[in-house]
Amino acid sequence: MKTYYDPEDLKKFGKISEFQPELGKKFFDYYGSVFQDGALTAREKSLIALAVSHAVQCPYCIEAYTEDTMEKGCDEEQMMEAVHVASAIKSGAVLVHGVQMMNKYKDISM
Amino acid sequence: MGVLTHKSLAAQSHALSETDKQLKLLQEANLTPFQQKLEETGLFPLTTVGVDVFQINVGKMCNQVCKHCHVDAGPDRKEIMTRETMQLCLDAIDKTNCSTVDLTGGAPEMNPRFRWFVEQLSAKGKKVIVRCNLTIIVANKKYYDLPDFFKKHKVQVVSSLPYFTASKTDSQRGNGVFEQSIKALKMLNDVGYGIEGSGLTLDLVYNPSGAFLPPSQEALQADFKKRLKDRFDISFNSLYAITNLPVSRYLEYLVASDNYQGYMEKLVNAYNPIAAEGVMCRSTISIGWDGYIFDCDFNQMLDLKVAAKGQHLSNFDLESLENRNIIVNQHCYGCTAGAGSSCGGTTA
Ligand code: SF4
Ligand code: SF4
Repeated sequence: MKTYYDPEDLKKFGKISEFQPELGKKFFDYYGSVFQDGALTAREKSLIALAVSHAVQCPYCIEAYTEDTMEKGCDEEQMMEAVHVASAIKSGAVLVHGVQMMNKYKDISM
Repeated sequence: MGVLTHKSLAAQSHALSETDKQLKLLQEANLTPFQQKLEETGLFPLTTVGVDVFQINVGKMCNQVCKHCHVDAGPDRKEIMTRETMQLCLDAIDKTNCSTVDLTGGAPEMNPRFRWFVEQLSAKGKKVIVRCNLTIIVANKKYYDLPDFFKKHKVQVVSSLPYFTASKTDSQRGNGVFEQSIKALKMLNDVGYGIEGSGLTLDLVYNPSGAFLPPSQEALQADFKKRLKDRFDISFNSLYAITNLPVSRYLEYLVASDNYQGYMEKLVNAYNPIAAEGVMCRSTISIGWDGYIFDCDFNQMLDLKVAAKGQHLSNFDLESLENRNIIVNQHCYGCTAGAGSSCGGTTA
């Protein structure tokens, strides 16, 4: 069956360089550097990536960073807390626009 | 006790309790042969650097039935090393300059000759390691004094604890194992094990509770130390992060959970030649409960005997063992993935 998302495609991510090698290489070098230990640990970065994966709702990223956080020694509680962070920011971002709605409401109301 | 939840594959007459079926399955993943990977990185044939460690499996009997066990150990396994075979071990050890004897099982303490054997090894001045599953210490009154016995002979205790929470530990090792392990760790701490300045070493072993690779040993050790101290006031020396090898019950788990192919690919993709250079079989020999000699405990469980003249302790031939080539197969990828894996943790 043809679908938009195929789990097998995740393994082909590296192949994006085929159509534009120079930019592809720059991206993967950059990507690799971002996830190294730095001021944040590789593990903290992996949890951030897991949260962002949910916020952008990318199934490839969710699969990849579920495994990656587990391989960085995180447990299910820590992982779900990261997802809640993404969820809280997303719902907060929706709700804070309620202020705009309220402003407009008041502007055009008697 | 509540830790016995399963039977061994052998007791279930499961197809994967047979070594030829396991070897066949390892071929079926259709991945680059391990031998070819070694050749490509200039490491074939894999040779030894001497016999520094004797790892002796004193029997398959265990009070636990962990899901990942590569020994397929359990209370229903009756294979156990006799005193005669232990004597053959001692005679063979005398012929070498090995520094360390690493006792494993099953639960090695369940062998009725275990204490006698440790006393003999200790009298020879060898460093003795016991792979203690912790729960055995609290399993029966007759084991309560194990911490004192270990202390008397300065045995290095190496114990599995897959995580610092009950859910991850129990899902791999059985219900209630975490709680009992914590009790046992406290008893070991009480006699000085894992306490700075005591000279008594207590190391822990982490292995992933599932089909994924272990984290960085260093980062995880810091985490384990903090969590075990804060939550349970428990201390230990080092943490070894080891990779699960696709052998026996772990192999069966991979197949049953539909993770086999993915896991094997992960191992192959993570091949690290530096880890391959440091694999433990290069300085170890492994002895089975019945006195046969293998390159490592994994080859032992796959019944791949050493490629040397004497394959049994009764005709132990050190020269031939020191000059042997190590028998490799697809399961070896588990030792060479990422930072590498051995009974002493990472190797690269
Ligand atoms: S992993 Fe260790 S404790 Fe668990 S069943 Fe196997 S030998 Fe026993
Ligand atoms: S599985 Fe055994 S023989 Fe293979 S690399 Fe690991 S230690 Fe060596």
